[in-house]
Amino acid sequence: FVFIMRCNFRIVLFLPPGLYKTPGRKMQIWLFYEELVIRPLHSGDIYASFQFRTVWETDFMRGNKVSHYRLFPKSLGQVISKFSVRELHISFTQGYWRTMQWGQPFQPSPPGAELWVWFQDSVTDVDGTWKELTNVLSGIFCASLNFIDSTNTVQPSASFKPLGIGNETDHRFLRYATLPREIVCTENLTPWKKLLPCGSKAGLAVLLKSEKLFHSSFHSQAVHIRPVCQDWQCKTTSWELRQTLNVVFDLHNSAQGKREWSLFKMFSRTLTEACPLASSSKIYIDITDNPQGEQFEVSPATPLLSQAVVLGDRRTFSVYDLTQQITFGTVRSLNLLIRWKSSEGDMLRPLLHAERYVAGYGLQTGEIHTLMYNNHPYRSFPVLLLDSVPWYLRLYIHTLTVTSKGKDNKPSYIHYQPSKDRLRPHLLEMLVQLPPNSVTEVTVQFERALLKWTEYTPDPNHGFYVGSSVISSLVPSIVAMDTNSTRERPLFSSFFPCKEESSYFVRVYTEPLLVNLPTPDFSMPYNVICLTCTVVAVGYGSLYNLLTRSFQIEEPSPGLAKRIANIIRKMRGVPPL
Amino acid sequence: MATTEVERRRGQLAALSIAAVVIIVGVPLWWRTTETYRAWLPVNQINELANLQLQLSADVEVVFARGTVTPEQQKKVPTQVVISLCLFCSSPLEADLSLHTLSESPCGSLVVYVIPESSTLLPEDVDVYIGQRRTALLRIEQLLAHLEPRIKQVLQVMSFSHTDITAALSDRVRLSPGNKESIADSMRAFKSSPGYEITFSLLNPDPKSHRVHWDIEGAVQTYIQPLLTKLAPLANFSIDSQTLYYAMLGVNPRYDSSRSAYTLNSDSLAHVINPVEARLGSNAASSNPVLNFLLYVPDAHHSPLHIHDHKKQEVLSNAFHSPRWGGIMVYNVNGFYGPEAVFPVDININMAKVMGVFLAQLRLLLGVQSSAPPPGFLVAPCSSTGLADWELDRLMWSRTVENVATATTTITSLAQLLDQIGNIVINDNIAQQVSSAVTSLQLAVAELEAGNLGFALQYSKEAILASERAFFDPSLLHLLYFPDDQKFAIYIPLFLPMCVPILLSLLKIVSEARQKRRERQAKKD
Repeated sequence: FVFIMRCNFRIVLFLPPGLYKTPGRKMQIWLFYEELVIRPLHSGDIYASFQFRTVWETDFMRGNKVSHYRLFPKSLGQVISKFSVRELHISFTQGYWRTMQWGQPFQPSPPGAELWVWFQDSVTDVDGTWKELTNVLSGIFCASLNFIDSTNTVQPSASFKPLGIGNETDHRFLRYATLPREIVCTENLTPWKKLLPCGSKAGLAVLLKSEKLFHSSFHSQAVHIRPVCQDWQCKTTSWELRQTLNVVFDLHNSAQGKREWSLFKMFSRTLTEACPLASSSKIYIDITDNPQGEQFEVSPATPLLSQAVVLGDRRTFSVYDLTQQITFGTVRSLNLLIRWKSSEGDMLRPLLHAERYVAGYGLQTGEIHTLMYNNHPYRSFPVLLLDSVPWYLRLYIHTLTVTSKGKDNKPSYIHYQPSKDRLRPHLLEMLVQLPPNSVTEVTVQFERALLKWTEYTPDPNHGFYVGSSVISSLVPSIVAMDTNSTRERPLFSSFFPCKEESSYFVRVYTEPLLVNLPTPDFSMPYNVICLTCTVVAVGYGSLYNLLTRSFQIEEPSPGLAKRIANIIRKMRGVPPL
Repeated sequence: MATTEVERRRGQLAALSIAAVVIIVGVPLWWRTTETYRAWLPVNQINELANLQLQLSADVEVVFARGTVTPEQQKKVPTQVVISLCLFCSSPLEADLSLHTLSESPCGSLVVYVIPESSTLLPEDVDVYIGQRRTALLRIEQLLAHLEPRIKQVLQVMSFSHTDITAALSDRVRLSPGNKESIADSMRAFKSSPGYEITFSLLNPDPKSHRVHWDIEGAVQTYIQPLLTKLAPLANFSIDSQTLYYAMLGVNPRYDSSRSAYTLNSDSLAHVINPVEARLGSNAASSNPVLNFLLYVPDAHHSPLHIHDHKKQEVLSNAFHSPRWGGIMVYNVNGFYGPEAVFPVDININMAKVMGVFLAQLRLLLGVQSSAPPPGFLVAPCSSTGLADWELDRLMWSRTVENVATATTTITSLAQLLDQIGNIVINDNIAQQVSSAVTSLQLAVAELEAGNLGFALQYSKEAILASERAFFDPSLLHLLYFPDDQKFAIYIPLFLPMCVPILLSLLKIVSEARQKRRERQAKKD
């Protein structure tokens, strides 16, 4: 079965022995793990995924007024306790994850910013709390999360279930919002790094240099906070903070087309030590497709191998344990080198992927097409599709069609919340069964609304973004999944909890849409004012003239012929006519 | 000819009536539809606030012990003689406690007990004993002559003095020059605020060598919480703590080979805070001012580290504080392990030592002043709460005055601003906030005059809250930028073609009337 590296887990590191004896005070456990997974991709690109996990054992259900933080960042701790947050997931992504080229990511995220929060059931004014929370988070992460308001917030009924413990699933306490236009840059990375106990001074975080990270095809950073169980029986609970950072470096852009990667080439740094506060600090390199070293070679070689079931597949990894001095060798620094030998080989096609586009012409109507691919040769499985469309695209829900293999595919569950102008977006959730080896197409027509002239964003001719569709599914697994959530596993394989052995959870985000709305000429209001004023003034002027001028009968002036005749008669000395 | 004259009259009348309609109907209509909404503000009362006269009064009860006054003196002194209670007490502390049980005096008031000259209760050279509550014992030789100045002195120590009040007003009122000491004192303490956040941070720049543990929870319960409970009527306090790793000081300490230690000079202390502050993190949960207390454990290569004062002497506490910011203490740990220790070393911090320093700094930063009493005064030792009742009163007096001053300034400057910039919209809720701030201010001033300190503080806090809310309301900014040239650009296409004919015909009518009068005069002549 699954062979997992044994390591020094469950050590109470940060407590003086005196604390155990103190009666009446609860012992607190603080743990920190760090991990980097590197997966060489068949396209020649390379995928690096960082995960930092901080566990803080505490009795969070009881309001504890005085708060003392050790490894957990104080700012986030205060946010959790002030806003009674049960679970918080926030991600900032630059670029789009190409599932067909790169396979499934360890932590999926849509382009732009995404935020979803479960509040505790003690919160009475969820909307007010959500508004305040987004403002505070916007300050913490230096992002424009303050633009989240009721027009882009939805309450999904089925797609976003809590990932931590707690069986509260009343979606009144859930809020979900995306900002597809958000641009992620250094100013978002710096506060993210500040949340780490070692900062960027030691451990894997040393590699996080922004000029390299943002010179990549895909960059995504996320913060996930959730309550988790400490043990199998869930006697003790704790807060878990996972900070993840995923980056894909481009073969041509970062490696000048040479199929050869090293830590130094990717991050312009090498590793010299683990974070001294971490109870585990490891680097995994995915060598599943390379069992005999025929595709690429990794140096320095490591004797440690690990297998883990991740995304329905059993993968093999070379493991570098940074807490062991021997990893760094005689030069006291670790610079992993991956050199490709051949560029052949094919990637296993991902079982589920999706794409989306806008069809139609003109500026009045259009059609949104969502394509969902089930690449499994003989199993069909259900997927949950979530679409949140802004109010200025008026969806005609009667035109909604779902077709697979040319036949009508009736969704077994539809949750639709119509939009209200300037108040809330459309929310469409459907449970659709995807037949094996098929493409399922969902289409819906829409009409573009006219906005008020102050509602247009800066640069309105760029178009308006519509956030990604979210497709959540339990995909049939090839190998048995590990359902024990408290067992020690590599961090990348333990993010989504697994309930049954035969399937695994996948979330796929489609591309965001860019839709052109009819855009007025913005000097128009002034032109209209001028024109109407002139018309009014002309009408008024003639009326005024009619009313105030005095009229008198005047001798009609003589005609031209008569005048000329008179002139001639004058010259002749004859009296005029 | 007559018909044309009639026609001309009709034209003139029409022009006049159109002008009248424009002036009577059009102009007010235009004015009403384009004016910015400005709710009514109590401007007169605000102007009265601008030159406010504060009058503080404290109740002082003077109690004479039996045998202090002769019957004829008794007639002159308007207080009645009471008790001979604790003449058997051996120490003033006991007397103080037993007197306290006798009468519970309200917040802001004082009770002065005058004891006979022959009493041995107070030591030889002490004339005045100040207790832990709101009581003082007084021994006077010539009763009538010395009673009043003595009581004045007691009042200055226990309630408020001129310097206190000017210090509290220092931000509003210009101080007389040459009073540097009191300026420094007044700038040290945090400004009055409805709440404070206290953050203790343990800075460990070298987690590879030192594994530092502190029992901050226990220490806060034992040392800080009693003081804060006592200060609860003044403000809300919230406490948290954090541990920061790899947090460095901004300056490189110099190695002093004569002492074989690293030193931080007093000149360089100013540069220590800034780089650390970036790591401290702002307070996400509230906008109250933060008091930072940092415990810095120097890394193994830079220890021991000592702070030197201006005279190049080691500072005993190895700590310093920064006005209105917080305090920093350096905690050397190199003595806890020998040269052959295995890194990382586990180190437990002696919280009693640390909290002693932080508590002293907290008292200073909160403005609990312990100015030296005048000669002949004996102050009772601190009780377990770390704060005597009269010290709290003293703080409340100055805070109330400060609050009143701050709220007054906010309200008057808001009124000035609104007066100067006509484009600002004044909503009803802002007007309501302003009026409630003004009412609370007036009530606070009245309570101060009446000597009800508790109510005065309460009202002054309400005044501050309401005035700040009004001042920082975002709705004030909505129409702030609406330049006049844009307004004219919009009005001109309409108003110019409409007004020119009216004006011209009016001018014509006027000139015709004038000409007619001239002709009539010429005829008369």
